[in-house]
Amino acid sequence: MKPAAFRYHAPRTEEEALAILAAVAPEDGRILAGGQSLMPTMAFRMARPAHLVDINGVAAFGLLAAEGGVLRIGPCVRHAMLGAPLVGGPLGALLGTVRRHIAHLPIRTRGTFCGSLAHADPASEWCLVSATLGAEMVLRSVGGTRRVAAAEFFQGIMTTALAADEMLVEARLPLLAEGTRSGFYEFSRRPGDFAQAMAIATFTLDGGVMSAPRLGLGGVEDRPCRLPAAEAMLDGQPPSAALFAAVAAAALPGLVPMTDDPHRLRLAETAIIRALSRAAGLPE
Amino acid sequence: MSETRRITLIVNGEHREAETPVRQHLADFLRGTLGLTGTHVGCEHGVCGACTVLVDGHAVRACLMLAVQAAGHEVTTVEGLSLADGTLHPLQQAFCDHHGLQCGFCTPGMLTTLVEFLAEHPAPSEEEVRLAISGNICRCTGYDSIVAAALAAARALRGDAA
Repeated sequence: MKPAAFRYHAPRTEEEALAILAAVAPEDGRILAGGQSLMPTMAFRMARPAHLVDINGVAAFGLLAAEGGVLRIGPCVRHAMLGAPLVGGPLGALLGTVRRHIAHLPIRTRGTFCGSLAHADPASEWCLVSATLGAEMVLRSVGGTRRVAAAEFFQGIMTTALAADEMLVEARLPLLAEGTRSGFYEFSRRPGDFAQAMAIATFTLDGGVMSAPRLGLGGVEDRPCRLPAAEAMLDGQPPSAALFAAVAAAALPGLVPMTDDPHRLRLAETAIIRALSRAAGLPE
Repeated sequence: MSETRRITLIVNGEHREAETPVRQHLADFLRGTLGLTGTHVGCEHGVCGACTVLVDGHAVRACLMLAVQAAGHEVTTVEGLSLADGTLHPLQQAFCDHHGLQCGFCTPGMLTTLVEFLAEHPAPSEEEVRLAISGNICRCTGYDSIVAAALAAARALRGDAA
């Protein structure tokens, strides 16, 4: 249960980090941020990177700021920092709710938001948040900067748009408008365990009808996804248990679950209904 | 030949300096290099919670952090919870009073996790305590006593009558 030997690098600036990554990427060099997924993988020897680039000493990577309509999240922002008291407003309320479902207390103090995105576990709550809200990822290497939308960033189980020499230097989550309601539901076998299905719903209520709805599903397909057809069914309608049940039922046939498991589709249906009900303030 | 680094850090209030292989995790460094065997190593992949210590006041898995990453930081282990004269931390005292430990293997991780939790949640419900230690596995299954001890410690730390 000890990791294989590696060379350790501790850059102090982003430029230095990217230069080292460019040099070691061909030898399976990896970024080490929170390490809450990478270290266990190395302990099991499922990963044997020859180099680790530890970015925890890069002060600028602690960036966490709401500006220009987005929440800018740097690579060293821990799970525990997302939500109150550091992030306010409707987005902070949603992040604070989701945060409680991510592993356990000592994991949340160390693991990072951007690390979760780069790892791209289909059961990752932050990946679902990013896909549902339409986050923008800022990818950088010594060769330059790319901005990639969440829908293109997540490409499959633990697969992203990141090249080996590229680093996710920032994730940008759109701020939710004042008055936006949100609901999150996750089913896992034990608290803190991996999600078997989870959903996020956000919308505003104008004159009793839903406006600008967003609905995302995670833990079911090989990547988190928005459900545009379901969103169209919600738009302009008053929230009701009957509508939410119809939306969930309509969403199921289009899903491609990771496992051929009818149970997971039932969980997906329940997650969608409960996330919507929580956003609407209806009983589940 | 494994790469090593010389690191300085503060452990239980004392300045420490030592050489460590870069691949050594913090739990092995505390136990093997510094001789602080109170931190227990269970699963070594971040699941059991036995190796939990406080780094800059926050509970972290010492098996998921490299020793070199603790350079320049403050680490508190179970040995650092009691006072210099041996007076137990109120949480440790509550574990004694309420039979919160049986074999004792999970205890250091339970204590360090709960120290941070109780500092942030001085009046938790039983449900909140159970969630807080959901990442710490007790294979004696002594959870009821552990939860009772945590709730008693919360009362003691608030200054309420136990």
